[in-house]
Amino acid sequence: MSTNIFEDNTAQSEAFHSNLSSRHRSGRIWHFVFQASTLIGIIALTVLLLNVLDSTFGYIAVEDEINPADLAINGIPIEQLHQIDLVWILEQNVSKGLFRRLESEMPWEERTREEIYDLVVARVVNPTVVDTWSLRESIFNRNQVFQEAAEKYPGARVEFKSWLSSAFLATPQSPEPERAGVRTAILGSLWTIAITIVFAFPLGVGAAIYLEEYATDTPINRLIQTNINNLAGVPSIIYGILGLAIFVRALEKFTSGAVFGLVDPTTANGRTIISAGMTLGLLILPLIIINAQEAIKAVPNSLRQASFGMGATRWQTVWHHVLPNAVSGILTGTILAVSRAIGETAPLVVVGASTFITFDPDGPFSKFTTLPIQIYQWTARPQDEFRNIAAAAILVLLALLLSMNATAILLRNRYSTKF
Amino acid sequence: MAKKDIELAIEARNLSIYYGDFRAVTEVNLKVVQNKITAIIGPSGCGKSTMLRAFNRMNELVPTAWAEGEVLYHGKNIYDPDVDPVEVRRRVGMVFQKPNPFPKSIYDNVAWGARVNGYKGNMDDLVEQSLKGAAIWDEVKDKLDQNGLSLSGGQQQRLCIARTIAIKPDIILMDEPCSALDPIATLHIEELMRELSEDYTIIIVTHNMQQAARVSDYTAFFNLGEGRTGILDEFGETDKIFTNPDHQTTEDYITGRFG
Ligand SMILES: Nc1ncnc2c1ncn2[C@@H]1O[C@H](COP(=O)(O)OP(=O)(O)OP(=O)(O)O)[C@@H](O)[C@H]1O
Ligand SMILES: [Mg+2]
Repeated sequence: MSTNIFEDNTAQSEAFHSNLSSRHRSGRIWHFVFQASTLIGIIALTVLLLNVLDSTFGYIAVEDEINPADLAINGIPIEQLHQIDLVWILEQNVSKGLFRRLESEMPWEERTREEIYDLVVARVVNPTVVDTWSLRESIFNRNQVFQEAAEKYPGARVEFKSWLSSAFLATPQSPEPERAGVRTAILGSLWTIAITIVFAFPLGVGAAIYLEEYATDTPINRLIQTNINNLAGVPSIIYGILGLAIFVRALEKFTSGAVFGLVDPTTANGRTIISAGMTLGLLILPLIIINAQEAIKAVPNSLRQASFGMGATRWQTVWHHVLPNAVSGILTGTILAVSRAIGETAPLVVVGASTFITFDPDGPFSKFTTLPIQIYQWTARPQDEFRNIAAAAILVLLALLLSMNATAILLRNRYSTKF
Repeated sequence: MAKKDIELAIEARNLSIYYGDFRAVTEVNLKVVQNKITAIIGPSGCGKSTMLRAFNRMNELVPTAWAEGEVLYHGKNIYDPDVDPVEVRRRVGMVFQKPNPFPKSIYDNVAWGARVNGYKGNMDDLVEQSLKGAAIWDEVKDKLDQNGLSLSGGQQQRLCIARTIAIKPDIILMDEPCSALDPIATLHIEELMRELSEDYTIIIVTHNMQQAARVSDYTAFFNLGEGRTGILDEFGETDKIFTNPDHQTTEDYITGRFG
């Protein structure tokens, strides 16, 4: 309770004081509520991140098909053997067909010693992960992990593994989790997002400029506005169905690249990067329009009046005053929208993302897969190791998202004018 | 009323201005004399700003606004369909109540209007002349690349005047240009208006009776008529309006008995 320090005990000041402490109290309660909600948000994010990290790193038990020591020739371990000896080991231990295929891919003389050594390890030693442990277990129950491994897999070695590695980034998809990577998916995501931005950003900003600066308040324009607001809430799978109907089917000649003579018309189909990018573009178009409209609305009207008052045309006013002052808000909205597009899975599944491709996309008319699709497919697999690489891929996706957002924020700070 | 042989800069004939169904100003006939300062005074909401904006078609920025009657400029009705409002606004410049420089450098504030209007001459000279014309050159000549918003309110308003004269208009409209300024800055602007009236025709809306009496040559007193519509109650030379008005309402307003 606060006391009346001014000692003017009139009825009015009594009422004021009893009221004052309750006002402060409710202020404190709300302050606490806001702090708590922020805290809950931060905790949720931390748990999410820890959960991903938990699967990305940890001990694994590896069993070799052939002990590398047994491959030593005259006591020289394979690490130090000459390239010719390594080829000989390969010839002795793999099937004739595989040996010939490897040779026809690239003759032995043209391969480096390191490449052949890697082949020996992969094909002859053939290490397989027999068990994995989470990061938590690996740190807090280290002894138990080793004990368990020794009991269950007497012939296995236990090593600490980071599933996220440069090899993971650089290798394409593979049916074996130890050899699988996200290269194809990263490139697919980058291509798709590039198409999405190129398609949705100019269209969205253009529509926002039209609606804010040119359109008059007619029933038709109001209807359009209402529609755009509602489209922002349509489930993404609906956009997938739309994309399938329009881009994959109706515009197949264009989206498959057949009209440009890029592919063989008999095998061409519209399940390409450009279909995916435009589908995601449609998905985020309403978001970009609404955000850009808000940014344009926030430009003070006095600025437009000043510009018109100087004898500027509407376009000069928009280009020289409205857009420069709205650009920071427009880019913020675009960042949010594009972040959403990067993480989308459902519409791309409908549009026809490939479930398994190992070659890099080389343009808008390639087949594609994206990081979220890859993650989704891996998490659906029964083997434990797929969960590990899915977690690693999630980290890659987060890193991609963060670096794209950082770029956009840099751009925004560079081009925004300050009042 | 203005004498016959006096040259007119712009003239409103039977001008009524509407916002949707609401008639804000009714059948105004007002002659603005060349190279003189005309003050528009009157109670709040009687349509002074609306009337002022009618002279350069700025009312059109309000989607519901429309006009009836004529505004003659060089004998041409600026509301004729073949007249481009962009051209009107270049010839009839405007200074607003709240200083609104662009968030650009001082130099660009002045140069921008001239540039978009296709000015081809030496821009540095134009900027210097305009800033001198607005009596702000000495204060800003060392910081032309600073943001216009970094200036004080009074300086910002003079910058806005400089940017208006840079497009070389015939007429300058000023809507309560000193209402956001302190008395010293106000005096600066008033002196400036006297100087500018040698080259320009100025129409100023003001709530300050002394200001109207001090700077203007002619005064138009607007009042609220039936249905809260604005009407031109009395118009004449400032001396006459302030010393010996024809209408009782004018005298009441000027002496502060209402409004
Ligand atoms: N954009 C608008 N839309 C609708 N009505 C308007 C608009 N602007 C002004 N009005 C109306 O027109 C009338 C005249 O307004 P105006 O701003 O011209 O008055 P004013 O004489 O300048 O008043 P003040 O001295 O307070 O600035 C008022 O009744 C006002 O409500
Ligand atoms: Mg006004």
